[in-house]
Amino acid sequence: MSATTLPARHFTTSLHRQRTWALWGSYAALSVFVVIFLVPPLYMLATSLKGSVEISAQTGNPWYPHSPTLENFIYLLTYNNFLRYFFNSAWVTVLTVIVSMVISIMAAFSLTRMGFWGSQAIATGVFLTYLVPASLLFIPLFQIVGWLGLLNNTWCLVLLFPTLAVPFCTWIMIGYFSSIPKELDEAALIDGASYVQILIQIFIPVALPGIIAATIFAFTVAWGAFLYPLAYLYNGDQLTLTVGIISDLIRGDVFLWGKIMAACVLGALPPIVIYAFVMDYYIAGLTAGATKG
Amino acid sequence: MAQVSIRKVVKAYEGNVQAVKGIDLEIADEEFVVLVGPSGCGKSTTLRMIAGLEEITSGEIAIGGEVVNDVPPRDRDIAMVFQNYALYPHMSVFDNMAFGLKLRKFPKDEIKKRVDDAAKMLDIAMLLDRKPKALSGGQRQRVAMGRAIVRNPKVFLFDEPLSNLDAKLRVQMRTEIKKVHQLVPTTTVYVTHDQIEAMTLADRVVVMNHGIIEQVGAPQELYHNPATRFVAGFIGSPAMNFLTVKLVSDNGLYVELGDGTRLAVNPARTDRYKPHAGKTMTLGLRPEHLTETKANEKPGTAYLDALVDVTEPMGMETMVHFFIKGEPVCARVDPLTVANPGQILKLAADMTNMHLIDNDTNKVV
Repeated sequence: MSATTLPARHFTTSLHRQRTWALWGSYAALSVFVVIFLVPPLYMLATSLKGSVEISAQTGNPWYPHSPTLENFIYLLTYNNFLRYFFNSAWVTVLTVIVSMVISIMAAFSLTRMGFWGSQAIATGVFLTYLVPASLLFIPLFQIVGWLGLLNNTWCLVLLFPTLAVPFCTWIMIGYFSSIPKELDEAALIDGASYVQILIQIFIPVALPGIIAATIFAFTVAWGAFLYPLAYLYNGDQLTLTVGIISDLIRGDVFLWGKIMAACVLGALPPIVIYAFVMDYYIAGLTAGATKG
Repeated sequence: MAQVSIRKVVKAYEGNVQAVKGIDLEIADEEFVVLVGPSGCGKSTTLRMIAGLEEITSGEIAIGGEVVNDVPPRDRDIAMVFQNYALYPHMSVFDNMAFGLKLRKFPKDEIKKRVDDAAKMLDIAMLLDRKPKALSGGQRQRVAMGRAIVRNPKVFLFDEPLSNLDAKLRVQMRTEIKKVHQLVPTTTVYVTHDQIEAMTLADRVVVMNHGIIEQVGAPQELYHNPATRFVAGFIGSPAMNFLTVKLVSDNGLYVELGDGTRLAVNPARTDRYKPHAGKTMTLGLRPEHLTETKANEKPGTAYLDALVDVTEPMGMETMVHFFIKGEPVCARVDPLTVANPGQILKLAADMTNMHLIDNDTNKVV
C-alpha cells in the first residue's frame, strides 16, 4: 500500500512546486512588461497635466503633476488645426478599416473555401507581402501616388494603408475561416445558400472574433501610422494627427511638451475606448456548439 | 418517386487514386439503405457524390429519374445530416431548422408550421429558442435531423450521424432515426462504419471495401449468406472465426483443421463443396455457432477440444478465446459453463452454419 501511496504524494508535491515556480516566473516576466509598457503612458499623462513652467523647472518629482492643470487640453480642443488633424485621422482610419476588411474577408473566404487552383500559393504569398517592411515601399509608392496626383491629399492614405493592412488581416481571416468546420458551408450549400449568402449569413457571424481582431489591426495601422503621412502629406489642412502634432507643436527647437503629451493622450483615447468596447466580443467563443463536443 | 440510381460511378482524386471504383446501386423509393464498410472504403465519398458535394469522375447518378451529375447540391432536393451536426452556431434552433426554408422563400407561417411539426416529432419543441452551444450532443443531432426533415426532401442523406454520441445515446438515437423513417418514409442513404447500426436500421445493407461494393442485401441475408470473406468478417459481432482447413473426401466430406481435427461437413452441403475436395480453404464459423456441448445436439454438429486461453464473461454469455494451430478462435458459451484459462473445453461446432471460402478468390463457395 505504502509503495503505491508514496510516489503519488511525491508526484503531487512536485507538481505543486512546479506550478508555484511557474507562477512566480510568470509574475516576474509580467512585471517587466508592465514597467516597459505602462511607464511611458503614465509619464505622458503626468506631463500632459503640467503647466509649461513646471515642465521646464526640472525640480521635484517628475512622475506626478504638482499643480495639475487642463490648460494643455483646453488649448488643443480650442485649436482648429488639432481638431482638423483629428478629423483627418478619423476618416482615413474609418475608410481604411472598411476597405481593408471588405477585401480581406472576401479574399480569405475565397482562398479557404472556394478551393481553386493555386489558392494555397496565393495564401502564402499574401502573408509574404506582409513581411516586406513598409519603409521599403514608401519610395516606389511615392512615385505611384505622385503619378495618381494624390500627393499631399489624405485620399492617398486611404489608398496606401490597405496595402499594409490587407495582407495581415487576410492572414488572420484565413486562420479563422479555416477553423470553421467544412460541414458548416456544406450544410448551407445543401440548404440552398449561394457562396455570397454563406459568407454573409454564416461565415461573418461565426468568425466575428476574428473579424474584430483584424479590424483592430487595420485600425491600429491607420490610426498610428507616421511614416506614410510624413512622406506624402505636407500641407496643414491635410495632415493626420501623428504628423500634425510634431509639425505644429515642435516649433524650431522649442518642444511644447505639455501640449505634445496632451495631444498624445487625446490621440490614444480612441484605440483605448475601442479596445475596451470590443474586448468582450473578441474573447467570446462564438463557434462553441457548432460541431461536436 | 425518389429512387436513387448510381451507375458505374467512379471517383478518382489527384494522382489517379480511386476512392470509388465504378459502383452500381439502385435504391428504391422510400427505401432505407445503409452503406457500411471500414474507413477509406468509399462509403462517405459515395454519399457526398449523391449530395453533390463531390464531383463524379465518371458514371451517372440519378435522383427521381433525373441525372444530377451537374446539378448543384441545393437543386438536388436532398437533405443531409452530418457526423458533427454542422449546426449554425450563431442561430437559434428555430433559425437553424428554418434556414433552408427561408432561403427558398417559404412563407413565414409555413416555415413556422413545418419547424413546429418537426420539433414535436423529435421532441425538441422546448429548445427552439436555444443556441446550439446550450444543447447536449443528442439534442444537437435531433436539431440536425429536424433541419433535414422540415425541407421535406426527396432523399435523406446521413453521414455517420451517431459516431460522436456515447454508446447509450447512440442506441437511443438509432431507434429515433428508425422511428422518423417510419413516420416520414423518405428514401434514405445512411453511411456508417458500425455494422450493428447498419443491421438494425437498414432495409438493405451495402457493404463496401476498397471502393467497390462487396455485397448488397437485407441484413439477415448478409449475416447468414455472406458472399465474400470480407463481408463474412465485417458483419457480425464478435467477428466470424476464420480457420485454414483442408477439405478432405474420405467416406464423407470433412474439413481438417490445422491440428488434425476433422469436422464432418453437413451432408446437405456435400454436393456444393465436393468440387473443392483436396483444396486448402478457409472455414468461417461464427462464435455463436461454436458453443458448449449439449445433451441433445442437432444434426450436423461436430466436436473439438479447445485449450482455453482467455474468457470474457459478458453477463448473458461468455466469450472463450483459444487457438487452433496458431489461429485465434472465439466461442460463445453459456455463462454457467466452467471455462478457466488452461482448461480443455469440449466445444460443439454447428456445421449447418459453416462457410467455406476459396482462398484464391476470397469468395464464399
